[in-house]
Amino acid sequence: MNIVVCVKYVPDTGSQPRFTAEHRVDRAGGRLSELDEYAVEQALRVVDTVPGTRVTHLTVGPPAAAEALRRALAMGGDAAVHVSDDAIAGSDAPATALILAAALRRLSPDLVLCAMASTDGGTSLVPAMLAEHLEMPQLTFASEMSLDEGGTVRIRREAASEVRHLAAGLPAVVSVTDRIGDPRYPSFKGIMAAKKKPLETWSLADLGVPAGRVGAAAATVVDQITARPPRAAGTIVPDEGEGGRRLAGFLSEQKFI
Amino acid sequence: MSDVLVLVGHIAGQVGKPGLELLTLARRLGDPVVVCAGEADEAAVETLGRYGAERVHVIESDEPQEYPVAWVRALAALTADVRPVAVLTESTPDGREIAARLSVRLDGGVLTDAVDVQAGPDGPVVTQWAFAAGYTVTSRVVRGVPVIAVKPNAVVPSEAPVTPSVTRGALVLEEADRRTRVVSRTARESTGRPQLTEADIVVSGGRGLGGAEQFALLERLADALGGAVGASRAAVDSGWYPHTHQVGQTGVTVSPQLYLAVGISGAIQHRAGMQTSKTIVAVNKDAEAPIFELADYGVVGDLFEVVPQLLDEVARRRA
Repeated sequence: MNIVVCVKYVPDTGSQPRFTAEHRVDRAGGRLSELDEYAVEQALRVVDTVPGTRVTHLTVGPPAAAEALRRALAMGGDAAVHVSDDAIAGSDAPATALILAAALRRLSPDLVLCAMASTDGGTSLVPAMLAEHLEMPQLTFASEMSLDEGGTVRIRREAASEVRHLAAGLPAVVSVTDRIGDPRYPSFKGIMAAKKKPLETWSLADLGVPAGRVGAAAATVVDQITARPPRAAGTIVPDEGEGGRRLAGFLSEQKFI
Repeated sequence: MSDVLVLVGHIAGQVGKPGLELLTLARRLGDPVVVCAGEADEAAVETLGRYGAERVHVIESDEPQEYPVAWVRALAALTADVRPVAVLTESTPDGREIAARLSVRLDGGVLTDAVDVQAGPDGPVVTQWAFAAGYTVTSRVVRGVPVIAVKPNAVVPSEAPVTPSVTRGALVLEEADRRTRVVSRTARESTGRPQLTEADIVVSGGRGLGGAEQFALLERLADALGGAVGASRAAVDSGWYPHTHQVGQTGVTVSPQLYLAVGISGAIQHRAGMQTSKTIVAVNKDAEAPIFELADYGVVGDLFEVVPQLLDEVARRRA
C-alpha cells in the first residue's frame, strides 16, 4: 500500500497572522497544520495493520515548509516530498491543488490522505479538487476510516442532518476530521530518525506545471484585508440574585423576547 | 441582464432559508436561475419566484442516494449552456465540495465562506472572514466563471416576485460519478429546533454545564427563545452533547442575531466559530473568562441560578 499524506505549513494558530503587501499570508515561523496530524496518524495506523505500507508526506510551500514535513516524518512515515518554487508564492486553492495533483500523479498513491481543512485558509476545497484532477473517488470528512483486503476504503461521515457511510475502491482521496482519533506525539527517537529520512525537493519544472498557472496567476485576487475592529466593551454585571431577570431585561430591550 | 446560477439543492417540501438567501444575493448580480432537485412542486416554484427566480431548472433523478459530486456534472453542463456571471452554492461541507469540483472543471476561481456578495465593475466582490474571523477579506475571481459558496445568514432574504419558467432535465450519471458509493444514509432524529447554522438564536453550553443531563436546561432555554442548541468542544469531547452541535473551528461556524454562551470560557477555537454573531451574551461564574471580552451583555454568576431565573422571567413576560 502506497499512501501519500498531503500536509500544509501554516501560521501558528496561537499567533496573530501577518500579511505581505500583496495580501499574502506571511509564512515565516509556521508549523505543521494541527489538523494534518490526524491524517498522518491515520496513515501510520495503516502501516501497523497492512504489511508493506509506505507513507510519503507531501507539501507545497516555501523553503520553511520543510519543517512541516520533518514534523510529520517525526511522527512516522518513510519519505517526504516538498514542492517548492519561487513562482508558487501567492497560489490559491486551485493552483495548490493543481501542483499537488501533478506531484501525486508522479507518486501514484493507492490512498491520498488529507485533513478536513487547513487551519489558515480553512476552505476544505483541496481534497475535492484533488479527486477531480486525479479522477479518483472522494471520501471526505471521515470520522472513521477502514480499509479492507479487497482494496475498498470505507468511511463514516457526520453530516448535519444525517450520518453517511461511504465506500470506494482504491485509489481514492480521503479527508479526515479531528474526531477520527488522536495523533501520536513524535518520540525523541522519531525526531532523530526523521532527520535521516529522505526529503526530496521538486520544482514546478520537475512536475511539468507551467509557472504561469500558479502563484501570481491565481484565479482569485484579494483586494483588501482589514483586522476586525474589537467588539465594543459590553455590560458585565455580577449576579446578586437578579442576574437572570436583568439578562431578561437586556434581551427584551434587544427585542429577543 | 446576465444569468446567475443558484444551486438550491434538494427540495423536500419547503424551500430552505439558505436557498432564499442565495436568491436574494443573486439578484444583485443578475437574473437568478435556480438549479434544484427533489419535489420542486408548484408551491416550491412559487416560493422561488417570490424571491426572484426567473427560471427554475429541476434535475430529475431516480437515484435518490446520489453523492453530491454528481451535481457537478449537471452544473457544469448548465454553466456551459447558460454562461452565467456567477454560480452560487451554500457554503456547507457538501456545497463547498461541489464548488471545488465545479471550479476545477470550469478552470476558474472559487471563493468559499462568503458573508457578503456585491456586484462590482470587475465581477462579484466577495467578503469573507478569515483567521478565526479576526479579519475581513474582500476578494474577486479573476479567471473563469466565479463559483461562490455563501454562508447561511449572510443576508436577510427579501422578496422580489416574478413568475419563473420551469425546465426539467434528467440527471445522467456516468460511471465515474458513481465511484463513491453511498452504503447507507441515516437521517438524524429531528429535534424540532432550527438548524444550528441557520438559526437566528443559538444557546450554547460548555464545561460549566458539568454533565449531559444539564443540557436539558439549555434545551428549555433554546425552546423558550426559538433557538438552536450549540456546545463547546469541551462539552462535546466530554460526551455531553453530539458533535454535530459543536460550535468552533472544527465544528460549525455560526453567525446568529443572538448567541448566548452558557458556562463557556471562550477559547480561541470556540471564538472562531461564533464571534461574528450580532449580539453575544455570556453567563459564566469566572469573571476573567475570555468570553466576556466578546460579550455585549454578561452575567458573572452561577448558571444554575441565572438560567432558571431567566426562563421564569421569559415565561412571565410572555404571559
